[in-house]
Amino acid sequence: MTTMQSSPVQIDIENLSLSFGNTEVLKGVNLAIRPGEFFAFLGPSGSGKSTLLRAIAGFGPTPKGQIKLDGQDIVGSVPWQRNVGMVFQSYALWPHMTVAKNVAFGLEERKVPASEIGPKVRAALELVGMGDYAERFPSQLSGGQQQRVALARTIVVEPRVLLLDEPLSNLDANLRVQMRQDLLKLQRRLGITTIFVTHDQEEANTICDRIAVMADGVVQQIGRPDEVYDNPANSFVAKFLGTANILEGEVVASAEGKSFDCGADLRIPVDADEATGKARLVVRPESIEFAADGANDSLSGLVASAEFLGGMVRYAIDVNGQELLVDERHTRGKKRMEKGENVALKLDPAQAVLIRD
Amino acid sequence: MSSAAIARPVRFSSLGPYMVAGIVVLFLGTFLLVPVLKVIQVAFQDPSSGSFTMVNFQDFFNSSLFRQSFFNSVYVSGMSVVFASAFALPLAYFTTRFNFSGSVIIQTLAFVPLIMPPFIGAVAMQLLFGSNGSVNLLMRDWFGFDIPFMEGLNGVIFVQSIHYFPFILINLSASLQNIDRSMEEAGQMLGSSGFRLFRRIVFPLAMPGYIAGASLVFVKVFDDLGTPLLLNVNTMLAPQAYLRISSIGISDPMGYVISCILIVFSVFAMWVAFLGMRGKDYSTTQKGGGGLSKRDLRSHEAILCYVVIFSILGIVLAPHLGLLLLSFGSVWSFSVLPDSFTTSHYGTAFTSAWTFIKNTLIYAGLAGVIDIVLGTAIAYVVMRTNVIGRKWLDYLAVSALAVPGVVLGIGYLRVFYGVNMPFTDQPMATWWGIIVIALAVRRLPYALRSCTAALQQVSPSLEEASENLGASKFRTVRRIVVPLMASGLVAGFVTSFSTAAVELSATIMLVSTENDAPLAYGLYLFMQSAAGRGPGAALGVMAVIIVGLATYLSHRMVDRARQQRSSMEQATGDVA
Repeated sequence: MTTMQSSPVQIDIENLSLSFGNTEVLKGVNLAIRPGEFFAFLGPSGSGKSTLLRAIAGFGPTPKGQIKLDGQDIVGSVPWQRNVGMVFQSYALWPHMTVAKNVAFGLEERKVPASEIGPKVRAALELVGMGDYAERFPSQLSGGQQQRVALARTIVVEPRVLLLDEPLSNLDANLRVQMRQDLLKLQRRLGITTIFVTHDQEEANTICDRIAVMADGVVQQIGRPDEVYDNPANSFVAKFLGTANILEGEVVASAEGKSFDCGADLRIPVDADEATGKARLVVRPESIEFAADGANDSLSGLVASAEFLGGMVRYAIDVNGQELLVDERHTRGKKRMEKGENVALKLDPAQAVLIRD
Repeated sequence: MSSAAIARPVRFSSLGPYMVAGIVVLFLGTFLLVPVLKVIQVAFQDPSSGSFTMVNFQDFFNSSLFRQSFFNSVYVSGMSVVFASAFALPLAYFTTRFNFSGSVIIQTLAFVPLIMPPFIGAVAMQLLFGSNGSVNLLMRDWFGFDIPFMEGLNGVIFVQSIHYFPFILINLSASLQNIDRSMEEAGQMLGSSGFRLFRRIVFPLAMPGYIAGASLVFVKVFDDLGTPLLLNVNTMLAPQAYLRISSIGISDPMGYVISCILIVFSVFAMWVAFLGMRGKDYSTTQKGGGGLSKRDLRSHEAILCYVVIFSILGIVLAPHLGLLLLSFGSVWSFSVLPDSFTTSHYGTAFTSAWTFIKNTLIYAGLAGVIDIVLGTAIAYVVMRTNVIGRKWLDYLAVSALAVPGVVLGIGYLRVFYGVNMPFTDQPMATWWGIIVIALAVRRLPYALRSCTAALQQVSPSLEEASENLGASKFRTVRRIVVPLMASGLVAGFVTSFSTAAVELSATIMLVSTENDAPLAYGLYLFMQSAAGRGPGAALGVMAVIIVGLATYLSHRMVDRARQQRSSMEQATGDVA
């Protein structure tokens, strides 16, 4: 039970489209998920991430395109022959069966000899820390416990891939943090290719090897969470992952080289190989610093508002009509700047990303 | 979610709620508890000495007639459940699993049987399915044999299962609809499909609903008096109780023994339903999640479904068709259809049965009013005050469900025969008002359910807002709570009214003169003579129309209230 019998599976999704009636939910999705990877579909509701996950499990309308597990296309095959494990958002534990019965179900359907079912069920429940609850009914368990049982029920059949549909959304905040670490440990231990669907970037960022940011039925960007955060491909990704200042403007060439100009006093130097023309500049609030008044290359502005966020203070600074969000680390007793106060800002051009969408 | 139902601590210094609760307890104590306890007491009493004895029960089981009746009642009830299930299961399955237009037909037509008391259709069924009825005449012509649909107990089983199968259909469909799609998908994901999946996951999850419906059918058939009487099947418990009391008199202990057995079986059936439901609230649908996935039918499957549906509906709507034919037929005997048609029965019915109709409107109307007043009072005391023991008020009112009409009738006769009315010195048991009270007590559980549902929809914060602006408790109830509950109350009134209008088992015991008799009793009289059948059927058709219209109206009312509420929730983002 502690190791998978077969080696982890590669998932390739090619040109996958899917519609509910006339509504196109997935519009040509392409993805390659490596064997043993912990992968996340991250996106707002309605982005198609759950639909994509369900399509891999075989639920919902039959999509166009291909879903390959180790090169074998499974589109069109029925869910009960796919051996794809899914943990449902609602857990979907059957209320008329005990925990042990729930977990044994898939083994029974696979005609596993009765003598092996008991030990396998116990091992799976032990693995998720629910060994003492075998004879309870789901209604006698807390949300977190139900979640573990649902997980045990899915992994006991040793599925080829593990799909997790917003598994943490029904848990309270503290449990969520604990559970995501447990999930990660379990995934590493089993080595099973896992897809995790969530709308919560923190969840995806903390435990997933790579993420696919989705919106409007299209994959917007794929990569390691920190890479995607640092180099958003478009303004949707920039805004969806964290907070971003997105400045409208254009790249202009001048005697000193190329720079991004968003009107008035705001000019930021950019690489010489950037094409001129309309563009957007993404700057994270933590990349902008306050500078001493009159320092070189500093921008001057007025404090418009301040939000105390605990570890930091988020200021909105008005720079010639352009509002910039600036985060400053808060330490004990540090004086907060007041509304209307004059400040100078320093923006490191290396921290800014040009996007064109 | 159901935060609206939370009773907030009320700082009630006055005794108001206790007085309200006291009045309700007094009413239910006098007209429900005392008569039922009296019936039980008499069953265990030696008729001559008055001392405690089991001899009455011994006598009961020593008589072969009573043993036979007992067996027949159990047999008929059990078989009715079997046949009702056979009608209900395919219909419930089709509507919840497939996308097809037949679902609408099922949902509307399948509930029609409920709006007609079974005994009204019984005579029509005899003309259609009896040994010389339309169907058997045709069968004899075509195939040379016939089927004894209506012979003896068969007739009762046939009529009852046709009438009561919607109870199973409603409950089973509701539980099927409450199963979340993911329940089924989890099974598929783990390798299960087809009939195995249905047997291991879907059916067990729908089981509580089925058991609730089936036990309701069992107990309704077990208690029913009108149908066996009209079909001339007297060897069943309820008819025996009625016949003993009406022929031998209210001192004969056998009627009381039978009443006890009826109560025991009612309580037992309710207990089974309770066990079936307890801890098994399997309604698993999630917010945003759907019920079981439905699939489209291929055309040959759709045709098969329609054939099944129309055969079932053809059978279950037969009483209505037969009644309609009978009401317009001049002579109908030994023929497939009536010889000729006439409208004169309706004229006869109107002129000779006007008293019955008038009485029914008065009795059922008064019973409905009493029910919503009591229902509102009980619902309010239970949900919004902290009167000690308030839950018991609810249990007391609902326990009327376990009291068969015959039993309540016998209890009233026994208890109120000796009580004389002021001024007239007439025994209270023969006063027309006692019929109204009996109807009100019997229908209270239904009205209470409507009132409770209506009050649940009124968020306590709406009341608090009113009190915050200076309105007293009483004025708040009058100006805020009752208006907001109004549509639910109307629905409760209509339910009480329409079911009381056609109830027979308690009324038949309590009617003392034909002048005081309601429609159901009149129908019963008409249907007993061959000449009265035409007008009787016409009267029956009118009753069906009255009840049908009332039911339709109450559904509309409830729907409208629901829409209003959901639009209000959308506007305020409130999930009251």
